Amino acid sequence: MFPTRGILAAAFAAASLCAGVSAVPASAQQLRGTGDLGIVIERAAGRVQVVDTTARASLATIGGLGDLSHASVVFSRDGRYAYVFGRDGGLTKVDLLRQRIERRVMQASNSIGGAISQDGRVVAAQNYTPGGVKLFDAGSLELLADVVATPGPDGIPSKVVGLADAPGGRFLASLFDTGEIWVIDAANPRAPKVEKFANVGRQPYDGLVTPDGRWYVAGLFGEDGLALLDLWHPERGVARILDRYGRGEEKLPVYKMPHLRGWAIAGSFAFLPAVGRNEVLVVDMRDWKEVARVAVAGQPVFAIARPDARQVWVNFAFPDNGKVQVIDTETRAVVRTLEPGKAVLHLEFTPRGEAVWISARDDNKVIVYDTATFAPLVMLPADSPSGIFFTSRAARMGF
Amino acid sequence: MVPAAALALAALAALASSAAASGATDDGTVTLADATSAAAPQPARQRELLHLLKQDCGSCHGMRLTGGLGPALTPEALRTRPAESLVATIVSGRPGTAMPPWRRFLSEAEAEWLVARMLMGDVDVPH
Repeated sequence: MFPTRGILAAAFAAASLCAGVSAVPASAQQLRGTGDLGIVIERAAGRVQVVDTTARASLATIGGLGDLSHASVVFSRDGRYAYVFGRDGGLTKVDLLRQRIERRVMQASNSIGGAISQDGRVVAAQNYTPGGVKLFDAGSLELLADVVATPGPDGIPSKVVGLADAPGGRFLASLFDTGEIWVIDAANPRAPKVEKFANVGRQPYDGLVTPDGRWYVAGLFGEDGLALLDLWHPERGVARILDRYGRGEEKLPVYKMPHLRGWAIAGSFAFLPAVGRNEVLVVDMRDWKEVARVAVAGQPVFAIARPDARQVWVNFAFPDNGKVQVIDTETRAVVRTLEPGKAVLHLEFTPRGEAVWISARDDNKVIVYDTATFAPLVMLPADSPSGIFFTSRAARMGF
Repeated sequence: MVPAAALALAALAALASSAAASGATDDGTVTLADATSAAAPQPARQRELLHLLKQDCGSCHGMRLTGGLGPALTPEALRTRPAESLVATIVSGRPGTAMPPWRRFLSEAEAEWLVARMLMGDVDVPH
């Protein structure tokens, strides 16, 4: 276990204890918190880096996590452990302090991400193959429940997307092949109850829970529009919003699906990536009507608000994935275009947003920018970096 | 990777026999036999194409082509699909699905070369 004595005591005792503690790893000799730590995925190598956003440095590299293409991460609520969901179905619990794998299970053959429950006790994985949601004990990674998805037209359980945590010990998810939204009540995680909403729209591709935990929104690939569920009033059913927002316009080919999780809320406005359009949609959440569109340099993949919500940063699908644009949320104008490197896959703000970390996969680097001056602060080498996840997510709903 | 290699060989054999059976096409398209030899892109372009396959096709089909939102593109998964239809899918996309047309980024001949490599399971990007 971690030493419990204080730093002062340790310092006073250091000389005499020196020989006695030599077996303890160097990293364990110094007490520290995890609030400024995070994970950078090295997708091709099956490794993660543990990074420090105060030092702006990589602390450790941990390997053996399998296929990490499209890997995503949630954190234990004490911010000590990262749960890494790999494409190959691997679920790996990484100890950020000891900088090693704590536990690892193979829970599916094709997985796309996960979530952690409101109380931090249950980790949920959303899977493509076999399609469904699996619930695990956050401590032991013991399987608690296997919620199999509705079979699609081909008889195969639907792929599950857009998994998110919600208040009341619930998880939300969307079914790509069958056009459903599920509310999974995991208050008793060994016997979860599922409320199913059918016919929400064609091919939901991702979903999100708003930061206040009230709304679940699923983006639709198969038609223009989004599906909205009020979690305060699920009895009112799923509503369509921004219906046919691109009416009469030709959609562009989509070379990468947009992501909704980690989305952008500024005041009462949500900034959402449009599908098949070089636009960010601005929606007034008071009535869920479109109020503006911001023309951008490509098809948005992530649109993420700086924590103070003054800026929204956007990255783009292939072939425009060398750029990042910054939208001023007050004027709704693009105020900066950056070219951090080749194949920008993700960006993550520090907990209060003075800096943003951006991964450039094909340049094998992570670049940290000052969000006030847009000056690059530091470049960290990384092997095909993709997702960047900071422990501040542990305290945020829908992350 | 022994089973994969064995399957790749089987796929290659199937490819060769189907090419032999269909013979030279009369509409001027390059046959698959050509795609693996004479019409092969230059090495630098081969790397680009394999990188495109791994990273950008991989967005939906998985970096290891084991499937994602899109279906798996492993030799096993593609075994029953005619190569010509795979080439057409890459170049023109599949309307009604999430598969977009890629003709902006590669030629039909390059798609044929790529399909041949996929059917063999030989898709690693050379260093």
